Amino acid sequence: MLGPADYAILIAVSVAYLCCIVCLVLRRAFYQHFTIALYLSASLGIGVARYLIISTAGFNSNSYFYFYYFSDALLTICLFFVLMGFYSHVFSQMGAGNLVRIGAMLLLGGTALISYHMVSSSSDKLTTRFAYELSQNLYFVGVVLTYLLWGAMMKLHENRTRLMQLVLAMGVYLSAFAASYAMRNMYPGLAIWRYFLALIDIWLPITWACTFFKVPEDARMATARVLAPSPNP
Amino acid sequence: MMAALTFTISFLMLLQFFVAYSHSLIQEARGHQLSAQVCELSGVAADRVRGDHFKRLLELIAICPQPGNDTNRVLAVSIYFKLLGVCRALLGWVLPTAAFWFESERSGCAYLAAVVLDRRIAYNRILSEQKAENGY
Repeated sequence: MLGPADYAILIAVSVAYLCCIVCLVLRRAFYQHFTIALYLSASLGIGVARYLIISTAGFNSNSYFYFYYFSDALLTICLFFVLMGFYSHVFSQMGAGNLVRIGAMLLLGGTALISYHMVSSSSDKLTTRFAYELSQNLYFVGVVLTYLLWGAMMKLHENRTRLMQLVLAMGVYLSAFAASYAMRNMYPGLAIWRYFLALIDIWLPITWACTFFKVPEDARMATARVLAPSPNP
Repeated sequence: MMAALTFTISFLMLLQFFVAYSHSLIQEARGHQLSAQVCELSGVAADRVRGDHFKRLLELIAICPQPGNDTNRVLAVSIYFKLLGVCRALLGWVLPTAAFWFESERSGCAYLAAVVLDRRIAYNRILSEQKAENGY
């Protein structure tokens, strides 16, 4: 059964996603960052579906167990598309959009194949195990890709403040999730995971909402200053 | 073994992303000139905000009603500030030259807090003026 803390986190996460979608619409960035809108909508929809399954079948039911891991894999794939969206924003002036898309699809397929291989060689061969493995691997691939993107942004002297903050917030989110999944593999029995992962989940919509709300599209910032901020003005 | 390696790499990247994110917030705040009112209220000089002011600025932020969703930024920078405090305590005596860098970073956090307070005061002033105009 869910306790008051579970309900509070569930509501807070859903509200945060909703706020972020509203910010995206109000700042007229819906089409410009369509992959973000897609991810946020999917997260919100899946959040509601999870709640409905919990209320009908229960938190410890098999239905919720299967749905949770498959929806998580689906969300991770959506997040992967968001990352590719960032890549195409950064490399848009170089006309390398198609190349990025092809590379992303190959990487996604490759990660799915590796995850399947890891599961097929184990004894249980559960489909949920595949979904879990795929999520975990995609999070780690996502962290590495975000790191490469951040490196490319520094090299290209990317100065769009909004894009920088969106990418960095996503880097924090993905690396926190990847580290948590790795930690959970080492210590699976800890009760903290139930709340911890849900709390990390709230980081991304809140920081993105702040960025869309506070940072104008035309705001610019030197990348070098993000690496080493200047002293007091 | 694999999980431990993944954890280590992810954790190091998490730190790096978090520091860069905090830097971007601080740098964005640097573009804002502090008003005389916030300097007088918090006891900071506009051109010299020190790390020591951070706690007091947070207390003032806490009692000032918020205009929007800037709490998240304050929270992120507070975590960064605490992280810097721990690093300073651990490394300050090993690397005395790093002490200047830590203080510079802490002052950046305090500057952001001052900017947030400034924006909140400005927001509340406008709100009270509007209320006065409407006869409340």
